[in-house]
Amino acid sequence: MTKYYQPEIECASPEQIKAWQDERLVKQVKHVWDNVPYYRKKMEEKGVTPEDIKSTADLHKLPFLTKDDLRECYPYGLLAKPLEECVRIQSTSGTTGKRVVAFYTQHDIDLWEDCCARAITAVGGTKEDVCQVSYGYGLFTGGPGLNGGSHKVGCLTLPMSSGNTDRQLQFMTDLGATILCCTPSYAAYLGESAKEAGLTDKLKLKAGIFGAEAWTQEMRRDIEKSLGIKAYDIYGLTEISGPGVSFECEAQAGMHINEDHFIAEIINPDTGEVLPDGEKGELVFTCITKEAFPMIRYRTKDICVLNREKCACGRTHVRMAKPMGRSDDMLIIKGVNVFPSQIEAVLLEQGFPPNYQIIVDRVNNVDTFDINVEMPLEMFSDTVRDVTTKEKELVAALKAMLGIVAKVHLMAPKSIARSEGKAVRVVDKRKLF
Amino acid sequence: MSVRQISVFVENRVGLLSEVTTLMSDNEVNLRALSIADTNEFGILRIIVEDVDAAAAILRKHGYIYTITNVLAVSMRDEAGGLAEILQVLAKAKISLEYAYAFLLNKPGVACLIIRVADNNAAEEVLAEAGIKIATQDELF
Ligand SMILES: [Zn+2]
Repeated sequence: MTKYYQPEIECASPEQIKAWQDERLVKQVKHVWDNVPYYRKKMEEKGVTPEDIKSTADLHKLPFLTKDDLRECYPYGLLAKPLEECVRIQSTSGTTGKRVVAFYTQHDIDLWEDCCARAITAVGGTKEDVCQVSYGYGLFTGGPGLNGGSHKVGCLTLPMSSGNTDRQLQFMTDLGATILCCTPSYAAYLGESAKEAGLTDKLKLKAGIFGAEAWTQEMRRDIEKSLGIKAYDIYGLTEISGPGVSFECEAQAGMHINEDHFIAEIINPDTGEVLPDGEKGELVFTCITKEAFPMIRYRTKDICVLNREKCACGRTHVRMAKPMGRSDDMLIIKGVNVFPSQIEAVLLEQGFPPNYQIIVDRVNNVDTFDINVEMPLEMFSDTVRDVTTKEKELVAALKAMLGIVAKVHLMAPKSIARSEGKAVRVVDKRKLF
Repeated sequence: MSVRQISVFVENRVGLLSEVTTLMSDNEVNLRALSIADTNEFGILRIIVEDVDAAAAILRKHGYIYTITNVLAVSMRDEAGGLAEILQVLAKAKISLEYAYAFLLNKPGVACLIIRVADNNAAEEVLAEAGIKIATQDELF
């Protein structure tokens, strides 16, 4: 069995990786200086020129790039190649004005698909496998990225896109899909639906690659149980390329960042200071091989930790922990920091499905905090007292985790909108600005 | 000699109750009795039907969650004191009721009280001793 897609790269010595990074960074900085006036201006403002960047040790001298810069440069302001050399765009979901449009040359697509192929190979994928891609196709990077990776590995690729669960299950069983790629919430939903349809025994799945959404260890165990697979995490963002910026290996202990293409840094989000490996902070990426849309020191807003310890799988590239939260996702309710992932963990622990919606509002200058939760069959009883007891236990567990009281609303199963791309977990109705 | 009752979870949303009853009538399910318990947050609809398994299959197909519970259908005189008589027998035996609801049968002068207790056998015994009759599922239709 092939264990690595590109062994000479994935298992290269740390010195070799550093040498690639040094050489490519110097070249990349020159490329953006020469071709992107916006970058040149930002560098000039900071008093840096390409001559100052001789290796990765000089990376900290470069200015950061944020989503605000992307917005300001929309759509072509950060393009580093002539449009006629670009072959594709991908875009993030998001309301108008916040949308990111990323450009790709054929070479960019090629390298991105290599990264996805590494991820698929890492979960045991070979040309013998049938890979069902149930991420959305189109502007969203999930479908196209894994589709391309699956082709490169040589899997029989089922380009399902998201939605139409009956058809998903039909193809999955009829064509014997062995690898499933989708969002974790959709994987959980497919698992439930397969169980309801009595199809669990007919599944041939062995592994799943799930990303584009935050998910917890409890949810991983849930999905692994319901689909009878090993569930692996994958990370990426449209600005940097798409899924495959990092991916989990068989060790399921952090995601290997493809360091031959991306340099990762952890910074203090308040000061911008670079933090040593092992410290928690904001993840920052520099693309060193991308041609059309190369982000330099792009702030992801993901709060994360890097781990340089040797991995059991033999790969040498640095591992990142699952992001513990996004500064974007963090809600401040009644003055308390609340991460949706905390709520999800409590729901699973209390036996509720990880399908919920948080509704925050402000009434008479006081925050209101409501959580809609789906009632699982196992918890239903014919007496009001039993159901109310479960509800009270959930409220108490949430309070213990969050420090504030949420009003819980029990809903019918499947009444909370499921994600086909990304789930709408938070509805914040407060008008604070 | 208990009867099988179906309890359905309903969100506290206007129209949900009629959604369930319409679903039953559309599928020609013979609904003998119905009771709803609701809190501020949710409701539990309890129904007595002739063909329990067929009704359950319809609910399942439409994504409702429900549970089937064995309850006692106690024959009750449809006149003053009919209810009091039953409740006194149970109270005397220290059997507490989770809930109860009554409905009329097709026979004149006879009503039925559905009771949910922790121990059906114990309740049945004391009621029988007092000469009160317990109905079977078939006898209700
Ligand atoms: Zn590894």
